[in-house]
Amino acid sequence: MMSPPAPQDFEEILAVLAHHPFFAGLSVPEREELASCAVRREFPAGQPIIHEGEPARGFYALVHGKVAIQLNVPVRGRVTLQTIADGEVLGWSWMTPGAQWSFDARTQQPTVALEFDGPAVLKLCEAEPRLGYRLMTRLSHVMAERLHATRVQLLDIYGVPRP
Amino acid sequence: MSRPPLPTAAVPATPEPPAARDPWTPTPYQVARVRRDTADTFTLWLRPQDGGPAMAFLPGQFNMLYAFGVGEAAISVSGDAHRREVLQHTIRNVGSVTGQLARLGRGDSLLVRGPFGRPWPIAELSGRDVVVVAGGIGLAPLRPVLLHLLRHRRQYGRVALVYGARTPADLLFAPDLARLAQRGGVQVEVTVDHADGDWHGDVGLVTGLLGRLKLAPERTAALVCGPEIMMHYVRLELGKRGVADSQIYLTMERNMKCAIGHCGHCQLGPKFICKDGPVFTFAELSGLFGRKEL
Repeated sequence: MMSPPAPQDFEEILAVLAHHPFFAGLSVPEREELASCAVRREFPAGQPIIHEGEPARGFYALVHGKVAIQLNVPVRGRVTLQTIADGEVLGWSWMTPGAQWSFDARTQQPTVALEFDGPAVLKLCEAEPRLGYRLMTRLSHVMAERLHATRVQLLDIYGVPRP
Repeated sequence: MSRPPLPTAAVPATPEPPAARDPWTPTPYQVARVRRDTADTFTLWLRPQDGGPAMAFLPGQFNMLYAFGVGEAAISVSGDAHRREVLQHTIRNVGSVTGQLARLGRGDSLLVRGPFGRPWPIAELSGRDVVVVAGGIGLAPLRPVLLHLLRHRRQYGRVALVYGARTPADLLFAPDLARLAQRGGVQVEVTVDHADGDWHGDVGLVTGLLGRLKLAPERTAALVCGPEIMMHYVRLELGKRGVADSQIYLTMERNMKCAIGHCGHCQLGPKFICKDGPVFTFAELSGLFGRKEL
């Protein structure tokens, strides 16, 4: 469980939420509720921020920078599956209580993100079903987009066409 | 723009239009230089064997390259339309003709027919924002129009290049891309489908990068070339951002054989790609693009 943000941080987080695409359309009270579950984090380039197999305790809303989602593949080494940048969110394993991260995430550039406390957000979603629905709808959209991207990548569209 | 535009003195606003010539008669050319771009792609620089200037062409047009004893293949011109001393073609080795072309070395001969086809709409792009979206070898037919946009940078609004490839090793013209990104004036976004942990660029679909562009849809034109499935998704994504089908240009390079609309190999519904295209707007291909029967 993360500590709630200090008052000055709270105002800064609120300001970020007001402009972050993932939270667009949420009301001010909804953003205030979410801001109380978040802390601002800064990471240097090359910093691991998620480790495969560790408990998934939250998610990140990227404000600035770039993060690579990676897997360590035996023999091949570290493989980058996708990169996430400004305005996107990272992580949804936290939605299932007790889940573990299924990938590594490492910054490629100096990165600023809001880190959300997963259990606190889930508790908020249970207490405020309307907010919970809106949040889950957004996360479902992110998941659907990533699934679509993965499917297209599997087509190997730039490979030599075969009839 | 923060950087000064490129000098344009003594350079015509549009390349010289190709002179009428017999489309059946090939011209002997000689390979002046060969560059291996990726594991399966190479670039040939060709000079006319008679020592004269190379043929004039407009960005987006293609030539028929004839490899002796094997046959002809339709290949887009990838060089600068303002340079007449040499003709440049970037070719992917995927068949018998391109395989034979890949075996050519400096001094070897081949025949060239062309140029053919409808070019990119250079005159209509003036004063507009231009988004160039390329996938894989699709960057080659777009390179001449990019060079034109750079040469006449002041005539255009925002210019962006969004390029996707299979892996970092498959990126075409990689040094050019790096230089282009460094010198400013063009927003360059590059992504690959697969990469190891040492790659510090983007990994994901080209459509995922379109969100990074500041698009004013009413003044944006998009030029797209890549696998048809990629162009389909690019069109959907640009459409979501308000760019009309009539402002999205693509080049179709299907099955071109005779280059003059006689043989029917490249027919797409009522269109002949070689004669009516290869550049079309999505609006022109409405109901044809992506249809299963075609």
